[in-house]
Amino acid sequence: MNDIDPVSLTIFLFFFLLVTVLGFLAARWRKAETLDNLDEWGLGGRSFGTFIAWFLIGGDIYTAYTFIAVPALLYAGNATGFFAVPYTIILYPIIFVFLPRLWSVSHRRSYVTPADFVQGRFDSRGLSLAIAFTGILATLPYIALQLVGIQAVLDVMGLGGGEDAGWFRKDVPLFVAFALLAAYTYSSGLRAPALIAFVKDTLIYLVIIVAVIYLPTQLGGWSGIFDSAGKAFDSFNKDSADAIAAGEARPKGLIPGLGVSQWAYATLSLGSALALFMYPHSVTAVLSTKNRNIIRRNAALLPAYSFLLGLLALLGIAAVAAGIQVKNPQLAIPQLFEQEFSPWFAGVAFAAIVIGAFVPAAIMSIAAANLWTRNIYKAFLKPDATDAQEAQQSKYASLLVKFGALLFVLALPKDFAINLQLLGGIWILQTLPAIVIGLYTRWFHRYALIAGWAVGMVWGTIAAYNTEVVGDPGSHFGGSVAPLEVFGIHLSDNLIYFGLTALTLNLIVAAAGTFICRALDIDAGTDDTHPTDYLADAGDPDVVDRLDPLSTPPVD
Amino acid sequence: MPEHTPPGKGPLIGAGVALAIAIVVPLLVWTYAKPDPELWGIPFFFWYQFLLVIASVVLTSIAYKLVIDHERKRRLAEGRTNGEER
Repeated sequence: MNDIDPVSLTIFLFFFLLVTVLGFLAARWRKAETLDNLDEWGLGGRSFGTFIAWFLIGGDIYTAYTFIAVPALLYAGNATGFFAVPYTIILYPIIFVFLPRLWSVSHRRSYVTPADFVQGRFDSRGLSLAIAFTGILATLPYIALQLVGIQAVLDVMGLGGGEDAGWFRKDVPLFVAFALLAAYTYSSGLRAPALIAFVKDTLIYLVIIVAVIYLPTQLGGWSGIFDSAGKAFDSFNKDSADAIAAGEARPKGLIPGLGVSQWAYATLSLGSALALFMYPHSVTAVLSTKNRNIIRRNAALLPAYSFLLGLLALLGIAAVAAGIQVKNPQLAIPQLFEQEFSPWFAGVAFAAIVIGAFVPAAIMSIAAANLWTRNIYKAFLKPDATDAQEAQQSKYASLLVKFGALLFVLALPKDFAINLQLLGGIWILQTLPAIVIGLYTRWFHRYALIAGWAVGMVWGTIAAYNTEVVGDPGSHFGGSVAPLEVFGIHLSDNLIYFGLTALTLNLIVAAAGTFICRALDIDAGTDDTHPTDYLADAGDPDVVDRLDPLSTPPVD
Repeated sequence: MPEHTPPGKGPLIGAGVALAIAIVVPLLVWTYAKPDPELWGIPFFFWYQFLLVIASVVLTSIAYKLVIDHERKRRLAEGRTNGEER
């Protein structure tokens, strides 16, 4: 459908190759003696200060999610789409409260992953395995979202061959880009994404600033944009009144209506914020910082990114005002850039989005791979693995994780990629009782936590599976919110994010289970941690400056 | 170091309140899901949330100051014993 524009393509390729070269060179940047151990490869040597950590965390959060998935919702007239803004507003105060404690206990006890912490705290290999498994599983759809974003850009650039192209022609650019990503992540570890983050954030800031200043002037200013988008949605609602009444289409709007969809807005914000910092890649980034107060300072500085996220989300509405007509709402923003920017700047913008999807994809796959190696491979499969074997396992695992993500892209409906991330959120939220509450209290019994986790995982997955895509009866994984209904009992019409409902069930089961385990006098295991561990800072006695994941894992 | 007395809980409570406001207010969707009053033609729903971003920076920064001060005083008061009793 789109012709290839030679100028856009050249500029895009220039930046893409620049990043690829940087990725390979990253192995030499701040070079340590060897990359052949997991610490160097997976945690980038951990010598990151505020500045780089800020970029790294930003790289995790502002991604294809921001550029493609959220604006796609607003473009499609789904008013809950703007929930991403309150999500990132409340995220930082939450990080401020919880993560310094995780930093301290990890550096005191040499924990490298959340599963390490849970093992040490609750003395349960089963629970630790559940946490590791959930972390890896939840990361897959999140990486898949990045792939959908890359695919959208390549499609608009004309590389996908258009609607009539065969599957091979359509997917080749995606596979090539993906292979390159895998290759340099494989050779450079976390330092590849860290170094690329500089290029990426420079490009992204440039594109966003141009987009939010220049685009509105082309479209009659923000007031003109809201005006014409509002009219476009109204006329859609009028024209499709029959389909809406029949449940085959969703009414469009700018602002969530009173009642049910405002609950969706609030629960999606809260659920996403609680989920984000438990992902393995967030924990990796947090543990790479030098001391616990860098985390707090970042929490105060990072909302600057939320402002940009909000402005980007509004570009979805700008695309409506600009008269962009695409069947796949994910294409709205790339299409808007191609229509409104000169070809060379469109190339810059495309590069920004694609690289912006690469960085988090790399970080996520490395973090998931570390989890595999440390908490599954070494803990269960090969306890006597050598350093080199471990590093090799991580590299293989990071490749496998990327291919797992590809499967999610191919198997799940792609009309709203944000559902991929929200599905991951449902799963990762089930680790909250063990990880977050575990940072404060050991009240929950280890076996009760496993039971709660299992109930939350199963319920959440079934609920998401049973949700149909609007206008496509019989389809699955079509959404992440529904009227509150638990085990066939209808509790409320308000739309609630599955992740929060599942978490509530999880907590109820865990609490009930704890009473039962206590009544039966079942051994609760021993706690490896000490209350002072949770307040320790760099420079304190026994605080490990640079954790060594190859040391004996904290089992017994 | 006898001249350092352990700090009170006051600053921590203050920080907790600041953070709680930053978390709870954005979740009260019904207070802002409305088009009016508009600002430069932008519906209230949108510009208010941008305002919340700025408010969140201010609140989180206040909490940062309070907690950092408190932590420094606590460490001084604890002196050498800090982290050694295990």
